[in-house]
Amino acid sequence: MNNNAISVYNVSKQYRLGIVGRKSLSQDLNRWWHTARGKDDPYLKIGEENDRSKKGTSEYVWALNDIDFDVKKGEIVGIIGRNGAGKSTLLKILSKVTMPTTGDIGINGRLASLLEVGTGFNPELSGRDNIYLNGAILGMTKKEITRKLDEIISFSGVERYIDTPVKRYSSGMYVRLAFSVAAHLDPDILIVDEVLAVGDFEFQKQCIKKMTEVSVQQNRTILFVSHDLKAVSSFCKTGIYMKNGRIAYKGEIGETLKKYTSDKGISTGGTINTDNGSMIFSGIANADELSNLNMGTDIEIITKLEALKNLQNIFIDIAIYNEAGDMIIHLKTKYISQALSFTTGSGSSVSINIDKPNLAPGSYLMTLYIYQEGINKEVVLWVDDIPLCRINSNNPFFTEGANYLEEVRSFIYPKATIKKL
Amino acid sequence: MNREFNPADWTEAISSKKRTFTLNFAEVWKYKDLIFLFVKRDFASQFKQTILGPLWHIIQPVFTTIVFLILFNRIAKIPTDEIPATLFYMSGITIWNYFSACFINTSSTFITNASIFGKVYFPRLVLPISVIISNMIRFSIQFGILILVMVYFALFKNYHVIWGWHLLLIPVICLLMAIIGLSTGIIISSLTTKYRDLNVLVGFGIQLFMYITPVAYSMNYLRNSKYIFWIKLNPLSSLIEGFRYALFGKGYIETASFIYSICFAAVAFFIGVLMFNKVEKSFMDTV
Repeated sequence: MNNNAISVYNVSKQYRLGIVGRKSLSQDLNRWWHTARGKDDPYLKIGEENDRSKKGTSEYVWALNDIDFDVKKGEIVGIIGRNGAGKSTLLKILSKVTMPTTGDIGINGRLASLLEVGTGFNPELSGRDNIYLNGAILGMTKKEITRKLDEIISFSGVERYIDTPVKRYSSGMYVRLAFSVAAHLDPDILIVDEVLAVGDFEFQKQCIKKMTEVSVQQNRTILFVSHDLKAVSSFCKTGIYMKNGRIAYKGEIGETLKKYTSDKGISTGGTINTDNGSMIFSGIANADELSNLNMGTDIEIITKLEALKNLQNIFIDIAIYNEAGDMIIHLKTKYISQALSFTTGSGSSVSINIDKPNLAPGSYLMTLYIYQEGINKEVVLWVDDIPLCRINSNNPFFTEGANYLEEVRSFIYPKATIKKL
Repeated sequence: MNREFNPADWTEAISSKKRTFTLNFAEVWKYKDLIFLFVKRDFASQFKQTILGPLWHIIQPVFTTIVFLILFNRIAKIPTDEIPATLFYMSGITIWNYFSACFINTSSTFITNASIFGKVYFPRLVLPISVIISNMIRFSIQFGILILVMVYFALFKNYHVIWGWHLLLIPVICLLMAIIGLSTGIIISSLTTKYRDLNVLVGFGIQLFMYITPVAYSMNYLRNSKYIFWIKLNPLSSLIEGFRYALFGKGYIETASFIYSICFAAVAFFIGVLMFNKVEKSFMDTV
């Protein structure tokens, strides 16, 4: 035996793209024919990267590529990464829902996974019966459930309806009940996938509290996948940052989050959310200057834009987010300037000057939202996750850190000006 | 740190290497509570918001018996081997229903439960086993009705009940039926994850299959027919005939056919478990 709760050895997972149709039978036969003669599977080409935006040459794709890591007993690990990075696939393999294509995994202790709340809930059955059914599906024995039944019911706060079929529940009650069952599991290793994203905020907090409490008391190991960087940073000690099916970074959580947020935009210069084809965002002109700012200075953002059509009545909104994903600044330029207009083919820059926003030390991301005001508001361009700036600390009282960021969580409505250069 | 994977270091190991024939009954046993909760769910949810509720279990075989009586006995005048026609049809229908319910319900295991299977792990065999158990309970209820009808015939219709060792065959035949239903069901369910055509086939295929099984007629009646070979090829034929023999002590049972059925059950079970094992690990990617 050893001190690790989980060790993952060179795990890869291959998925097939497209539809399983008539072709699959002939491919199955071909594959069987090759492997039966002791040759390699002709459809297995290790090494192709999983990048959604590029069209691969093969019909098969590696959702996970050579994943290798250890999780110590009692460690709380947050797994972060963009959509499609392979986070959920990894959890599915760890919870034995699907098998790895290559590689091995060792697990020490009883593992329970929460990839969804309320798995197997039957709408016709009463709340009480569903507690039993859901509990048993998650791996509890009937005796265990009976022992914890009162606790589960009172935690959920739906005592009054416990003998009513769950189809009559409001969606909130449904989630609360499902959560309570999950919160009362006590395995040695718990795997949680984004389930905390549902339910009301107060109840989420209650659940996180309950889970952390138990895990500290009983030295429980937790793997937690979420897009909510705030939850990850407050809940986890270690982080794994996944990118295109590989582990890009593993280490202390603050460092992992930093790697993630600074890496986020690099490949695409921000992710384009909406683009109606009439304008291109080609970066921030003074990016170098912004990457090294001191606290308490004015921030000037010069965005390079290129119009592909003649555009009138244009307004620009920006939002600035901190590393944990909290919105710090939201600026609607409609209230501080006249509408802008652009002519075809000419590149132009727009300068937005924010008057001493007093941002805390750390890295920041920007969302750019450009729209045309008319009878109907039309979104011209909407780009998320643009790496914006990095603020250095020049004051010993303000240091960087996730805990510090957690406390400073308020909107700022700064004084700002905008002009077309 | 040693980075060689050694299964002995761990309480549980997940490996990409496939073991083809493993039957982890110990693990299934650990989940016995879940099996019974699934059985309970089946019963509790099936007849929710119906007026007649569990009475439906009884109505279905009774009405089918009446239809068979009119169709095959009164109109087609097919003899029933000295067994009162009502009892003949009812016994056939009861045991046939048991098989077809086991088969149909297990054959959709993966597809109907894909949403649960995709989110949580438990031994997948738990579901088909729970299906077999809930059908066994349903069968017991219908079998009870059959006994009541037999008692009625014995009391009022001068039917003579024959007691003997052959009654002990009843549980054996039920078990064989369950094994064949389960095995063929999980074979189909394993194949349907990739080829959905089978799911369509199962629905009407089982109805047609009933006609090459001696449910509405006896083997004796077809003794000299040129189709008898096909009916003998059907492993269920000797079991249905055997069930009647066990219950009424009349008719005859061919040892060779019976052994054939047992062998068929064993082979189907082996293949079923093999395929189920293979599919349960990867079906989430294809379903």
